[in-house]
Amino acid sequence: MNAPSRPTRRADIVIIGGGIHGCSAALYLAQRGMSVIVLEKDSVGRHASGVNAGGVRRLGRHLAEVPISLRSMAIWHGVADFLDDDCGFQVAPQMRLARTEADLALMRARVAQMQALGYSHEVIIGSNEIRQHIHSLSDEVIGAIACLDDGFAQPYQTTFAIQRKAKALGARFHEGVLAEQVARDRGGDWQVTTPEGTFAAPRLLLTGGVWSGQLAAALGEPVPIIPFAPMMLVTSRLRPFCHAVVGAAGVPLSFKQMPNGTVVIGGGRPGLPDPATNRAETVFHPLRMSAQACISLFPIMAETSIVRTWAGLEARMPDDIPVVGRSQLHEGLYYAFGFSGHGFQLGLGMGSIMAELIATGSTDVDLAPFSVGRFTSLQAAT
Amino acid sequence: MIREVDVAVIGAGPAGLAAATEAAGAGLSVVLLDEQPAPGGQIYRAVEGADAGLMHILGRDYAEGRALVAAFRASPAEYLPGASVWNIGTDRLIDFSRGGAIACLRAASIVAATGALERPCPIPGWTLPGVTTVGALQILLKTSAVVEDDLVLAGAGPLLWLVASQLVAAGAPPRAVVETVPKGRMSAALSRLPGALRSAGYLRKGLGLIAAVRRAGVAVHAHAEALEVEGGAAVTGLRFRAGGREHRIACSAVGLHQGVIPNQQISRLLRCDHVWDAAQHCFRPVLDAHFRTSVPWLHVVGDAGGIGGARAAALQGRIVGLDLAVRAGRPDDGRIGALRAELDRDLAVRPFLEAFYAPDPAILNPADSTIVCRCEEVTAGTVRAAVRLGAPGPNQVKSLIRTGMGPCQGRVCGVAVSTIIAAAQGALPDRADYYRIRPPLKPVPLTELAAYPVIGPEVEAREP
Amino acid sequence: MARRLAGTGTAVRFSFEGMAVEASAGDTVAAALLAAGHRNLRASAVSGAPRGPYCLMGACFDCMVSIDGVAGRQACMTEVAPGMDVRRMAAILDDGEG
Ligand SMILES: Cc1cc2nc3c(=O)[nH]c(=O)nc-3n(C[C@H](O)[C@H](O)[C@H](O)COP(=O)(O)OP(=O)(O)OC[C@H]3O[C@@H](n4cnc5c(N)ncnc54)[C@H](O)[C@@H]3O)c2cc1C
Ligand code: FES
Repeated sequence: MNAPSRPTRRADIVIIGGGIHGCSAALYLAQRGMSVIVLEKDSVGRHASGVNAGGVRRLGRHLAEVPISLRSMAIWHGVADFLDDDCGFQVAPQMRLARTEADLALMRARVAQMQALGYSHEVIIGSNEIRQHIHSLSDEVIGAIACLDDGFAQPYQTTFAIQRKAKALGARFHEGVLAEQVARDRGGDWQVTTPEGTFAAPRLLLTGGVWSGQLAAALGEPVPIIPFAPMMLVTSRLRPFCHAVVGAAGVPLSFKQMPNGTVVIGGGRPGLPDPATNRAETVFHPLRMSAQACISLFPIMAETSIVRTWAGLEARMPDDIPVVGRSQLHEGLYYAFGFSGHGFQLGLGMGSIMAELIATGSTDVDLAPFSVGRFTSLQAAT
Repeated sequence: MIREVDVAVIGAGPAGLAAATEAAGAGLSVVLLDEQPAPGGQIYRAVEGADAGLMHILGRDYAEGRALVAAFRASPAEYLPGASVWNIGTDRLIDFSRGGAIACLRAASIVAATGALERPCPIPGWTLPGVTTVGALQILLKTSAVVEDDLVLAGAGPLLWLVASQLVAAGAPPRAVVETVPKGRMSAALSRLPGALRSAGYLRKGLGLIAAVRRAGVAVHAHAEALEVEGGAAVTGLRFRAGGREHRIACSAVGLHQGVIPNQQISRLLRCDHVWDAAQHCFRPVLDAHFRTSVPWLHVVGDAGGIGGARAAALQGRIVGLDLAVRAGRPDDGRIGALRAELDRDLAVRPFLEAFYAPDPAILNPADSTIVCRCEEVTAGTVRAAVRLGAPGPNQVKSLIRTGMGPCQGRVCGVAVSTIIAAAQGALPDRADYYRIRPPLKPVPLTELAAYPVIGPEVEAREP
Repeated sequence: MARRLAGTGTAVRFSFEGMAVEASAGDTVAAALLAAGHRNLRASAVSGAPRGPYCLMGACFDCMVSIDGVAGRQACMTEVAPGMDVRRMAAILDDGEG
């Protein structure tokens, strides 16, 4: 016996994936008056968007990403008013330390290149200025490249706040609902099949993070997503000694002290990703290198203990920039995934850009470098 | 090179000791790791070293632990005391710390025998110095022969009476026992009494303890409610309502108890399936007839798999130890069947105890102003506010308000936070979720991690 | 106050906040401190409220002290040794965010 077919739910757009990119696009599309359905297989912010390092960083962005990153940053600086939630956002310098003249020379060249392109947010700072922000620092550090009004935020708090705002503007979220298949019906609607019935819309946005590959392939646009599990460590509380988010040339490390005194360490060897089971496993043995690097750069760290670690599931693209924009094959299909370990900061700006593209048909941000076609043609060539 | 063994047992209480003894006796290579300096677990803690006087105070059940420990000592199982296991990978690699250094080993089968934790007792004032669990008071007595002189015991459960009677025997009777079992529990539990009579020894013993405490002249307040520890920087008294009036007992120490619940850290770390046990009001890992979790190489025995007490724990440990040997090709000499029958008999008393000593409803749903997460000092009201905002479960609540993010890793507040959230959502506790437990299970000094020994290409190869 | 029943083992001397404490060999630091009348072992991380041992079995971390300069040691899981220098951990108070 056939089960009676469950009701079809229709909107102007269905978004698959309730991470920061799905939520942010939902918010801005709803703001533009569109009816929005978001399908999330687990719960909103359960994956990369809720568990990342919270780095709000323009520093060191791939040149193609800079416009998106700047647009985001403008939103970040007013985020508390915009979302009625401070998102734990704090302005703080992001800096990358140099310990050799050669590293510092590369940094100077980067700043010159940025300035030639009209960007002034990245600057070189000297060791005295660094020490105003970090009180326990190795003597080897001679300078840094920095973005002084970058910052950090609480990732889950942020993603959850974006979701709430989107909801308040009318977006409908269906959590615990897996989008299994996507097909176009005769009327031109996308039909998204889920265990909870079918959802339909003339437009479809795929923001499924590391799980985006299957649907993209089914839609005829396979992409070489590499599952990636960045690992994070959190320490016991230490007295305040660092007011910056810090990385260092040649050291796989990102480092910041939270206002409550705990130190969050990331950027080291990744863990083991297993998207099929939703699991990203921490492997401790290689973390000894991150631990050593931390203690040698910040001697005070020898007093702390690791209280908690985790790894999150992220989609990495072979060229480390995301797949963003229109499908090359289908009208009404859009992509925003593959943020390769640095998509949290981009979330707010990306959503506004996607909404602009989807609602008006164009955006003034150049999305060509992010085209899904860059892989399709690659595959055709091999 | 990573050391490989057939069986790693974690926890040297009755369950772990028995499992290690049987498996090693059958010829498997066995390592038993425990963070304590001596075998016995919580129940038989320091049992090898106790002198005659202390043995007398602690009673005959405690003395039973000696035989178990002796059998283990005589077995070929290797014992690593002072070893704190803080991570187990899906590749069965166990990370642990011992004597200030990290080491690791891999086992074909892992037996988690990590016992029970006391149920959190979030009442006003429970974070003051001088408030301990009742189990803590017993540990003081067992390991150091130290007793509190100015003490009130409050709560419910067999351990409350056992410790009260031990303190009486030690010549340090508590000022009072304040029991929170509500009126009417007995009639609710009566239907389970006939079954319990199959292990009537437990009931007789329990009644004997209560009688001994009363005989010693200890004030007993029954059906107490609205418990509140009083004090600014230290405990000054306990307030409660009983018999239709308010009471205040001046004291400098309060022992709280509301029963024990499985220590799920390892089975949660490995993402085993868990269920809400409505009778025991707690989560436990789902186990098959061989005490195997949903992760086929991980077994859980003893209270860590569901509360059954010391004898049941030892029986389960023996069953798993023998079972592992049989599965490794050793002959089955029929002992497993006999042990299972004995285990059934032993557990017969449980449904009655569970019904009678079900936790105080006030503990499961504390007042808004009461702290539930001791580490991060988060109140029940803050948890409820996060739920009102729309946070769907304990993990999102944790991300928002830091419950369970302190050094105890949610061991103490976990079940309380789950039940508060479920109640605030109008859901039954069996719909409640639980924290995802992240490694390390215990904080690891950064200097120790920096000195993690290099362990060769095999593990390196697993790295992406 | 807590007190020790008769029949203690060999005496071990250590210090808590610079004060001399006499323990019995085999005691944990927590047991020795409680027996010596010290219940308040630390200031809580968030409000700075006084805290002392709660579970004595390594679960609650309310007994964390600094031992010989190493912060965050569980007093209930550490055996006393002669001459140990045990200190309260200074509270690192939240500035209200994070
Ligand atoms: C540990 C870690 C640290 C990081 N640190 C930083 C940082 O400091 N700064 C920074 O800018 N970035 C950082 N990142 C990267 C950033 O978190 C991600 O780039 C970003 O969150 C990606 O967002 P997303 O929405 O694309 O993906 P996700 O957050 O993974 O969201 C995708 C969602 O789609 C859902 N989904 C997938 N398929 C389906 C389907 N078929 N049906 C229904 N639902 C589906 C998934 O369940 C998931 O919730 C970090 C990432 C990690 C893991
Ligand atoms: S008293 Fe609980 S961990 Fe030491």
